[in-house]
Amino acid sequence: MILQKSWPILSTQPLTELLFSSSWQPIAGNFGFFPFIMGTVWVTGLAMLIAVPVSLLTAVYLSEYAHIHIRSVIQPVIDLLAGIPSVVYGLFGLLLIVPLIKNSIAPVFGIATSGYCVLAGGLILAIMVFPILISISYEVLRTVPVEMREASLGLGATRWETVKHVVIKKAFPGIVAAIILGFSRAFGETMAVLMVVGNVARVPESVFDPAYPIPALIANNYGEMMSIPLYDSALMFAALLLLIIIVAFNLAAKYVLVRLSVVT
Amino acid sequence: MDRRLCEEHIFRGLMYFSVAIVLCSLLAVFAIVVIKGASALDIAMVTQTPQGGYYLGKEGGILNAIIGSVYLSVGAILLATSISLPAAWYLQQFGRASRIAHAIRTLLDIASGIPSLLYGAFIFLIMIMFQARASLLWGIITVGIFIAPLLTRAFDEVMQMVPEKLKEASYSLGATRWETVFRVMTRQAFPGLITAVLVSFGRAIGDAASVLFTAGYTDSIPTSLSDPVATLPLAIFFQLATPFPQVQERAYASGIILLIIVLIISIGSRYLSKRIARYSIK
Repeated sequence: MILQKSWPILSTQPLTELLFSSSWQPIAGNFGFFPFIMGTVWVTGLAMLIAVPVSLLTAVYLSEYAHIHIRSVIQPVIDLLAGIPSVVYGLFGLLLIVPLIKNSIAPVFGIATSGYCVLAGGLILAIMVFPILISISYEVLRTVPVEMREASLGLGATRWETVKHVVIKKAFPGIVAAIILGFSRAFGETMAVLMVVGNVARVPESVFDPAYPIPALIANNYGEMMSIPLYDSALMFAALLLLIIIVAFNLAAKYVLVRLSVVT
Repeated sequence: MDRRLCEEHIFRGLMYFSVAIVLCSLLAVFAIVVIKGASALDIAMVTQTPQGGYYLGKEGGILNAIIGSVYLSVGAILLATSISLPAAWYLQQFGRASRIAHAIRTLLDIASGIPSLLYGAFIFLIMIMFQARASLLWGIITVGIFIAPLLTRAFDEVMQMVPEKLKEASYSLGATRWETVFRVMTRQAFPGLITAVLVSFGRAIGDAASVLFTAGYTDSIPTSLSDPVATLPLAIFFQLATPFPQVQERAYASGIILLIIVLIISIGSRYLSKRIARYSIK
């Protein structure tokens, strides 16, 4: 259905132009999605850059090092983190992260910014994908047999060497799947990012530039899409892009996880 | 010092640091929203609907959004449960290695991965086809459809945890498949089912993107299914969008209210499922 609605725009302009042109002037009939695609890529990429190492280290700590009491305290907290509505994360971003970037972080690099930028969106998204990344990679790490760890430790390896050479190596495909799932979650997240990222239809050049991710584009313009010709079709095309990417990612992650038989 | 030991210490330190980041970010989210919002939070916020000029900083509260969110989420949960429970029962009919069940589960997992915004966009297209206006009913349908896959998978997982022996015992007493699924498995899995429903309720009440186009927004409490309805996340969003600091502070206060509701649901579901679990066969 979404494909059918996006057909008019696909038939008027070649696909490559839609994807890579950076002029977005709906009234003139120019629909270049490049700024939005790049906005999404920047924000999501930055979020993953922050979230992946932190979440993996936390998961390793929980599964390999932490005492059972500590684990039973931290896990409910992570569940809570997962349950907080995205609007509240957005509020948090507006209240803390945006001013922080404007007043403290950007001046260090000698850049003037409003604070509404890729970095703010990336930080918020990173916090939002922590729970899913941590809980899935924790589950994956748990599937590594205890005997393998014992063998490694028995050979005189330190704990970290065991983690590095045995546990992570064995759990690698599952960790990749966890990252993909986290990535697709971050990709589709709408409200929190929309609130802090600035929404300017330009290709961002640094983390302090504002961006305009695809979900924000749809959310902001959906209400008035009937007024301009081809606009609805263009937005539907954006939705289609989002849908295809997310379904593809989820399928890939699911495939890897099933191979590992973490999920049934 | 030994190089290996050194590496061990470095990475252990990094892990503590990561855990600290995760815990602090949660604390910070709570602390900031509560501190900023507490000053604007008063009784009028939760007992009144917006009066004239509310969005200019005058009298009123967000009762419309609170009630609206509750109506919407309860309706959506009822709708989703009435789809998901039979669907989960159906999935139980297949064996563990069944290909069809596997394919359905994969589809459901993918459906739960699709962002709520796209569900909203999809329902909006259907609304245009029916020439319908944004209303409580359409909001319920959107959120219901969006949480149904999540709920089905959760129900399914919980019912799969029921021991095989219990089913066999039921069959050996001459019970039919349906009797086994309904009388034995559903009852045994009941605490888990309740938890699944409450977790989805939390998702439903916190979601803004899906109802952005489908539920509309209004300053009054809806009296019928065809009225537009306000929701808490959108109330926060719109109050923030005004240029007046007093109104923005109310957005923070609304954030606290939303946070409290979600917390109550989350803690309540843990407590409730523990309580009911006493009646399950161990």
